[in-house]
Amino acid sequence: MMQFMLLFSRQGKLRLQKWYVAHPDKLKKKITRELITTVLARKPKMCSFLEWKDVKIVYKRYASLYFCCAMEQEDNELLTLELIHRYVELLDKYFGSVCELDIIFNFEKAYFILDELVLGGELQETSKKNVLKAIAAQDLLQEEETPQGFFDDHGLG
Amino acid sequence: MAYPMYEVDWSVLPPEQNRRFNPAFNIATIKQVVNEAIERVAPVSVRMPTPTRLRDLIRQIRAARTAAEERSVVNKECAYIRSTFREEDSVWRCRNIAKLLYIHMLGYPAHFGQLECLKLIASPRFTDKRVGYLGAMLLLDERQDVHLLITNCLKNDLNSNTQFVVGLALCTLGAIASPEMARDLASEVERLIKSPNAYIKKKAALCAFRIIRRVPDLMEMFLPATRSLLTEKNHGVLITGVTLITEMCENSPDTLNHFKKESGQREIVPNLVRILKNLILAGYSPEHDVSGVSDPFLQVKILRLLRILGKNDAEASEAMNDILAQVATNTETSKNVGNTILYETVLSIMDIKSESSLRVLAINILGRFLLNNDKNIRYVALNTLLRTVHVDTSAVQRHRTTILECLKDPDVSIRRRAMELSFALINGQNIRSMMKELLTFLERSDAEFKAHCSSAMVLAAERYAPSNKWHLDTLFRVLLKAGNYLRDDTVSSTLQIVSSAAPERQAYAAMRLWTSLERSAVSGDATEKQPLVQVAAWTIGEYGDLLVSEASNAISMVDEDGVDDFVRPTEEYVIDVYQKLLWSTQLSINTKEYLLLSLAKLSTRFTTQPSQDKIRVIIDTFGSHIHIELQQRGVELSQLYRKYAHLRPALLERMPAMDAPGGAAHDDADNDALSDVSPDHKPDHVNNDALLDLIIGSDSLTNGDVEHKPSQPPASNNNTSSNDILDLLSGLDLTPTAPASVMNNNVASPGLTAGLPASLAPGLTSAAPPASLLLDGLFAAPMQTPTMQDLPTVTALEKNGLRIVFGVQRGGDSVTLTMRAQSSSPSTLTDFLFQAAVPRTFQLDMMSPSGTVLPPQGEITQVLKITNPSRSALRLRIRVSYNVDGVPVLEQAEVNSFPPDLFN
Repeated sequence: MMQFMLLFSRQGKLRLQKWYVAHPDKLKKKITRELITTVLARKPKMCSFLEWKDVKIVYKRYASLYFCCAMEQEDNELLTLELIHRYVELLDKYFGSVCELDIIFNFEKAYFILDELVLGGELQETSKKNVLKAIAAQDLLQEEETPQGFFDDHGLG
Repeated sequence: MAYPMYEVDWSVLPPEQNRRFNPAFNIATIKQVVNEAIERVAPVSVRMPTPTRLRDLIRQIRAARTAAEERSVVNKECAYIRSTFREEDSVWRCRNIAKLLYIHMLGYPAHFGQLECLKLIASPRFTDKRVGYLGAMLLLDERQDVHLLITNCLKNDLNSNTQFVVGLALCTLGAIASPEMARDLASEVERLIKSPNAYIKKKAALCAFRIIRRVPDLMEMFLPATRSLLTEKNHGVLITGVTLITEMCENSPDTLNHFKKESGQREIVPNLVRILKNLILAGYSPEHDVSGVSDPFLQVKILRLLRILGKNDAEASEAMNDILAQVATNTETSKNVGNTILYETVLSIMDIKSESSLRVLAINILGRFLLNNDKNIRYVALNTLLRTVHVDTSAVQRHRTTILECLKDPDVSIRRRAMELSFALINGQNIRSMMKELLTFLERSDAEFKAHCSSAMVLAAERYAPSNKWHLDTLFRVLLKAGNYLRDDTVSSTLQIVSSAAPERQAYAAMRLWTSLERSAVSGDATEKQPLVQVAAWTIGEYGDLLVSEASNAISMVDEDGVDDFVRPTEEYVIDVYQKLLWSTQLSINTKEYLLLSLAKLSTRFTTQPSQDKIRVIIDTFGSHIHIELQQRGVELSQLYRKYAHLRPALLERMPAMDAPGGAAHDDADNDALSDVSPDHKPDHVNNDALLDLIIGSDSLTNGDVEHKPSQPPASNNNTSSNDILDLLSGLDLTPTAPASVMNNNVASPGLTAGLPASLAPGLTSAAPPASLLLDGLFAAPMQTPTMQDLPTVTALEKNGLRIVFGVQRGGDSVTLTMRAQSSSPSTLTDFLFQAAVPRTFQLDMMSPSGTVLPPQGEITQVLKITNPSRSALRLRIRVSYNVDGVPVLEQAEVNSFPPDLFN
């Protein structure tokens, strides 16, 4: 089971955090800080796995973003890499060649996609098509209940 | 509530990417129209200024150039968001929470949004719910009190008609379910598992998985619904079903059996095998294909469940043998995804009762992994081999060369695994070649490895050393290459091995170590190799005479490379090297203590006058050393050239062989200590009991222990003798298990620490305390002169050729007794131990004896200092134990014949 997933930039800025285990906020921050430092300190030629406390950290860098998952001892590290890749593919399909800025400005979308892929720390859907379909349908629901047109685009600010 | 201007930030990209942006609209016009509209329909919004949009806030925050600037933007926005929360502004709640979540991700506190999230969840709008649940997952965890409130919201939404609302509720429950929530909502989840809708079914199955994790008791209620999950076609339902069953099976053996025996229409193992077979054999399905492999996620999950089912179950293992072989041979391995499946297959093959051919196949897959270009695959291969090496050593041995190659991998994690695996593969046959590789590795490895690697090498060498010479050579190489990273106990265990080696080996050790010591002294890198210097100093100190003698020519110093680089040094050159090291400012005090004591020892090993003079000059110099320990040592040792010159040869004689392994486990410490007193355990206990009698039998007497407690329970008295003895060394903080060898070795040398169990070493990291106390005692005995015969003497014991006489010297309220044990017996008395006890009003201090071996016509002396403030007549009980021809003898006596006016 995945215990948590963090997305952070090369500068060490957190871009997304998803916790599947209950920790107090303080501990979450501490773990995040330590882990970001540890992962960023690793050289590119090092492998993507890291034994860290009682979890296995699996991380992979895509462009400027690090995707970092904490897995339990019994989990398959190589499969976790596939899971990260699947998530990136989904983001890419959804945003259309995704970049860090997309995730910064639309972080909630990134969360929604993750929630359709993983639930409670385990993979819930192995079909990319199904995930995107579910997201699109929910986006549509949102749009339907929101007045369209002129006000939309420019918001009310 | 039909405001025309809902928050619509959600799908809007930043303007630079906004494909729908239409420049024809002028912002000012828009604002005007908007404001008019607001005034018409939304009186709330008129009072409150319209909030910043999410993307504008993000932009503002990103534009902040300093942390302080960012903080001020965030604080301003937070203050504003709080105020809208107070105003119960439901129009902008959704937008405000979204902003708050961004602020939260930056690390600012956002707990004040928790209740607002619940309000959003309670809203009928999907947008509100979607953001509300997102906020709940981020801002709440199962510790929060608001859970009672969220449980009700969840219950409502789990019953919603919209599948996506149910989905959101399940997702949130799966992420933050507390045990209470799990109990309250389990029945809803169970109902949803049976839903015909696959979207809901899969989410409910994972929710159940989390609920069972939190509250294992709830497992039972999910069992019936779970059975049918494996008959589904939908991969989402299948994979979540397998996950749920895996969790149940891992959780309880009963459930495991339940699934094996009566899983609905079909048994579970053939069922899983069928699903897996379909995955492999079915043609290309674009929906689940990953680089040519059909749904690797599902395959891996099934393989893992098979592993649990087949463990310790021959029948189940038999049923999955074929499919495992099929997966192992048919999986495409050019991509990571294929290797992922192979990796899981190998784990399963190793865990179940698989056929031996299958096991070989699995190990060979790992062997191929080791050669893979992908470092991640090499890593998992090493990791898996490490897990299986104890089960199937011979199969892993075949890949030894590849594993050793991995010691040179550029990736540090791979090197670490390879190192651990290499140590696991060492055995009596390959120790030589393995150690050679590991020595190379040790030399090149990073600092973080050196400590661990060197201690593991020392252990392996100890376990599998083919010969004593090889063992010593290896230890010396490790000392040389690990440098200061070597653990402290390695020094003492090496000393112990040298000390118990045969004499020609000891000479060899001294010669080898001399070569290294000289080399590092000359090249100036001795500070990097202090453990080496310590071992070398000790060894040369003990066996220096062998190093410089002609006899050393007879010992072959040809090393493995066929080079003999040993040049016999002159005595003076050895002293010069010592001087150079002692003068170095970089060496630690501990190392210098070793060197200084070693130097003192050399004074009795070396014979030429110039070297003697040099030694004396160096020792005298330390009398004014800036470090107090070394200064004290310097002063004490130089006393051995002056007042107490007659004691020097005896004090500095060679250490007896240390039998006990230096790094002995703590439990053994006691036995080691006892066996140092006498090789045989039995007499020792007799001794202790006798001593016990001595103490307890006479209430008015104490055993010389100032703090003796008469009520001490007998059980703990086993150590009394060492306690007493240790009181001689008062000031030493030793536990009762301290080896009595401290007392027996009248020679103070670094070897004392080596003989101690590692656990005691901290209190005795240097040999300084015994040495200094010994000499302190000598100095404290006032006016002791060699002409003891002139003083009144008292004969205490005369039996079996052993005569014990006290020389008495008055000194006010104290008296100094010099015990002289003289033997007229034809045999040598070994392990001679003299103990004394006085009434409690007296205080007894015993100095160390001059020796423990009493040759025929020989003599042992020991000084006792008795203080008696009450000045009453002295009574003394003594006990003498020794071995004669291997037979332990114990004598006791009470001495009352002291002159009554002893204290005046």
